[in-house]
Amino acid sequence: MEILYHIGGYFIMLRKVFGKFTKWNILKNLILREIDVLIIGSLGIVSFISFFVGGVVSIQTALNLENPLLPKNLIGFTTRQSVILEFAPTFISVIMAGKVGSFITSSLGTMKVTEQIDALEVMGINTFNYLIFPKIIALLFYPFIITVSMFLGIIGGYVASIYGGFCTSADFIEGIQIDFTPFHVSYAFIKTFLFAFILASVPSYHGYFLKGGALEVGKASTTSFVWTSVVIIITNYIVTQLLLT
Amino acid sequence: MIRIENISKYFNETKVLEDISTHFERGKTNLIIGQSGSGKTVLLKCILGLFDASKGEIFFENQSLNKMNSKQRSVLRQEIGMVFQGSALFDSMTVEENIMFPMKMLTKKSTDEIKMRSNEVIKRVNLINSNKKFPSEISGGMKKRVAIARAIVMNPKYLFCDEPNSGLDPKTAILIDNLIQEITKEYKITTLINTHDMNSVMEIGEKIIFLENGKKVWEGTNKEVFKTENKGVENFVYSSELFKKVRKVYLKP
Repeated sequence: MEILYHIGGYFIMLRKVFGKFTKWNILKNLILREIDVLIIGSLGIVSFISFFVGGVVSIQTALNLENPLLPKNLIGFTTRQSVILEFAPTFISVIMAGKVGSFITSSLGTMKVTEQIDALEVMGINTFNYLIFPKIIALLFYPFIITVSMFLGIIGGYVASIYGGFCTSADFIEGIQIDFTPFHVSYAFIKTFLFAFILASVPSYHGYFLKGGALEVGKASTTSFVWTSVVIIITNYIVTQLLLT
Repeated sequence: MIRIENISKYFNETKVLEDISTHFERGKTNLIIGQSGSGKTVLLKCILGLFDASKGEIFFENQSLNKMNSKQRSVLRQEIGMVFQGSALFDSMTVEENIMFPMKMLTKKSTDEIKMRSNEVIKRVNLINSNKKFPSEISGGMKKRVAIARAIVMNPKYLFCDEPNSGLDPKTAILIDNLIQEITKEYKITTLINTHDMNSVMEIGEKIIFLENGKKVWEGTNKEVFKTENKGVENFVYSSELFKKVRKVYLKP
C-alpha cells in the first residue's frame, strides 16, 4: 500500500512542478546553473566510462569470434549495436542515477532538513517549480551526454580492436556501417528523453519529501538511486517492447 | 492582529494541539512558551499555514485562513516574515543575496530599488561589513540577524520567529531579542515568537501563552508570569537554579 501512496505523491508533485511559475529571469539562471552542474559536470565521468566500456565490448566480441567463417567486421557491428541500443542510453542512465540522482536527492534533502524549503514556502514561492522544474529542463540536454557516450563508446571499441590486433581499421569501419537502421538511433533517443525525465523527477521526489536529519539524507540518496534505477530498467523494458518488437 | 479559535491538530491518532484560542496584537511581541514537545512549533506552523489545523479557525485581520484559496494564501504569505530556528539561510547565496531574494522573487522592483532597500535593512540589523560573505562564513548571531533582515525586507505585517535565540550566548540572545522587539514597534508588526528561553520571556514578553501537552494552560504578560499561581507555568519558569534563587531573594522574601 505504501508504494501506491508514493506513486500518488509523485504525480501530485509533478502537477505542482508545472503549477505557478517562477519569474523567467530567475528561472533562466537556475536552468543554466543546473545545466552546468548536471550536464556539463557529468561529461567527464560519462566520457571515461563510455570509452573503456566500448573497448571492452569490442574485445569481448573479438574473443568470442572463434569461427574463422565469421567476418571480422562483426566486431564493429556488435560494438555499434551494443553501444547505441543499450550501453549508452540505459547503462549510462543507471550510472547517472548514482551521480546526478544522488546529488539531486541530497541537495534537496539538505534544503529540507535545514528548513530552507520551508523558508521558500513561507515566502509564497511555488517550491516545486522553483526547485524541480529547472532540473527537468536542464536534463532535456541529457541526449547530448548520450550522443557523446555513443561516439566515445564506438571510438573506444575501435581503438581497442585495432591496438589489440583483433581486426583491421577497414574491418571495424565496415562493421559499424553495415545493416545500419536509423530507427535504432531514434529508439535510443526516445529512451533517453524518458530516462532524463525520470532522472530529474524521481530523485527530486525522494529529496523533497525527506523526513528526519542528516542520516536520513544519506539513506534517501541510496533509496533514490535504487528506485531511479528500477524505474529506468522497467521503462527500458516497456519502451523496447513497444518500439522494437 | 491574528486570532485563533479552538485550534486542534492531530497527526494520525496523536493529538498534538487541543482546543487553543487566543489572539496576538499588532505592534506587540507575543510569545508562545512551553517545554520541548508541548506543541509550540506545530501551533506556529498551523498559523503559518504550513500545517492545516484539524479543527478550529485562524484569522488574519478577520480573514479566515481556512477559507483562503491557494492564491489568497500566497498573497498572505508575502505579508509574513519568518525567522527559523536554524536561520534557514540559502547556503549558495551571500548575505546580501539572501536578503534581496524575496524582493527579486516576488516584486517587480528594479535592481537599484532592491539594492537600496536591502542596504537599508542591512544597516538596520547592523550587518554592513558582512554583506558579501556566505552564511558559512558568519557567526550564529549574525546568521540570525541576516534571517531577521530577510524576514523584514518586504515590510511584512506579521513576523514569526521559531526559537530565535537558540544556540546563542546570553548576550547575543538578548541583542537578538531586543532587535526583534525594536523592529516590531518600528514597523508595527504582529510578532509571534516561539521560545523556551526565560531571558526572552523577561525581556520582550508583552503577551505570553503557555502550552503544556498541546493545551493552552496560561496567558498573561512578562510581569504576571513570575507571580502566577499556575503550577505548570511555575514549574517551567522556576526550573533553573538561577530563577529559583531570584524568586527567593526578590519575589518571596
